[in-house]
Amino acid sequence: MMTPMVELKGLRKVFGRLEVLRGIDMSVDKGQILSLIGPSGSGKSTLLRSVNLLETPTGGEVWLDGTRVNADLKGLAYERHVNGLRREMQMVFQQFNLFPHLTVMQNLTIGPMKLLGLSKAEAEARGEELLCKVGLAEKALAYPARLSGGQKQRVAIARALAMRPKVMLFDEVTSALDPELVDEVNAVMKDLAAEHITMLIVTHEMRFAAEVTDWAVFMDEGMVVEEGPPDRLFSDPEHPRTRSFLRKHLGA
Amino acid sequence: MDLDLIMRTTQFLGEAALMTLALTAGSLVLGILAAGAIVVARLSRWTAVRALVAAYVSVMRGTPLLVQLFVLYFGGPQIGLTLSPFAAGVVTFGLNIAAYMSEGLRGAILSVDKGQTEAARTLGFGRLATMFHFILPQCAALMIRSLGVNAVILIKGTALISTIGVVDLTYSAQRIMTSSSQPFEVFGIAAAYYMLIVFGLTRIMRLAERRFALPDEARA
Ligand SMILES: Nc1ncnc2c1ncn2[C@@H]1O[C@H](COP(=O)(O)OP(=O)(O)O)[C@@H](O)[C@H]1O
Ligand SMILES: [Mg+2]
Repeated sequence: MMTPMVELKGLRKVFGRLEVLRGIDMSVDKGQILSLIGPSGSGKSTLLRSVNLLETPTGGEVWLDGTRVNADLKGLAYERHVNGLRREMQMVFQQFNLFPHLTVMQNLTIGPMKLLGLSKAEAEARGEELLCKVGLAEKALAYPARLSGGQKQRVAIARALAMRPKVMLFDEVTSALDPELVDEVNAVMKDLAAEHITMLIVTHEMRFAAEVTDWAVFMDEGMVVEEGPPDRLFSDPEHPRTRSFLRKHLGA
Repeated sequence: MDLDLIMRTTQFLGEAALMTLALTAGSLVLGILAAGAIVVARLSRWTAVRALVAAYVSVMRGTPLLVQLFVLYFGGPQIGLTLSPFAAGVVTFGLNIAAYMSEGLRGAILSVDKGQTEAARTLGFGRLATMFHFILPQCAALMIRSLGVNAVILIKGTALISTIGVVDLTYSAQRIMTSSSQPFEVFGIAAAYYMLIVFGLTRIMRLAERRFALPDEARA
């Protein structure tokens, strides 16, 4: 059997008294595109953020391509371990989080230059290629403040790709966008899907999930309620909670 | 108006102003260095270090500067720490203003959106590199502004050094006043010197602030 690209075993996360993730098991194969759906507050963001350790799991295991992510290390050794692994799984945020003091090109090159040891020329070549891919080649010298939301998010995707990660994590990346800007970002993600980059996508756009992803997971209250191929899950959900959630989100 | 007195006082206080300036410069350098160290300690991952430094900041902000000066200058020898009046001033004023400055620096760091740290850490940058490449460049101008505000407070606070016999602006003005009995002119001139120092420092800080500000097209 192939090692999964991302594997979660009994993942738990507690904030104070609030148990946000209550034993999640999940496995994403190389090249698989998985969508994570569920009501607001069900723990989707916390799950993604636990994968790259922006949140420290309270219990359970996170694995990336055969390496234990939340390893049992202390202090500096842990820091080094985490910094190394994070490069291999890039995340795109709802709020873009571009670096406002850097130009678009610098946003794309700073990681590869400082962390992967690319020369400026190499990093810029990679940056140009990626900006072409997301349709923003002409914005290389602009600052983020001069971009629309959709453009910002496409730059954020390009910045993540510039690290050549094994996995891309997307957390509701179109939720903060004006409706007319959603499609341009979705189009970029569809291109990535066509290249079979491993992706974990938190989304509330059921149509997009059905079209782009090969596996859908429905979460509620910190647990996986039901999962399956998206067309099956969306057309014929078994669990009543899935049904009521989908009625609200597909009904429109 | 005694023009002759004004001329002599201006000249005499000019020398004293240099002493105030030296005291300010020394305290400022010490203060900025100490403030940097305090901020680093307050961001430390060790709770004990954070608590200790927070306590230090409260004590420095919660007690009169004059008392702090006396504790060090008069109390120091008792524990084998004998300092010249000037050195006692530099240390007291520097460590005191550092407490205030550290709050300003910390505030500037905290004013940077948390998403910036998350984005940098997600790329794979460590804590220090994140601070250096992403957080500091975004809040440097704000830091300098708050340092400037505190530096002005510091300049005025140095007048307390006159109580332990350092011949600064305030001390000299007092001396001339007793011999001339024209306090209005004498202290007016002293005040003008303080203003001049404040003005010069404010200008320097403003230049520095502009130097570190984001370019216009990078601002939302
Ligand atoms: N840092 C945090 N501290 C405390 N509670 C949190 C924190 N982050 C998330 N939560 C809580 O965890 C729950 C799940 O949040 P989240 O993972 O953001 O859900 P979703 O992304 O599915 O909307 C929510 O109740 C939220 O308030
Ligand atoms: Mg969320």
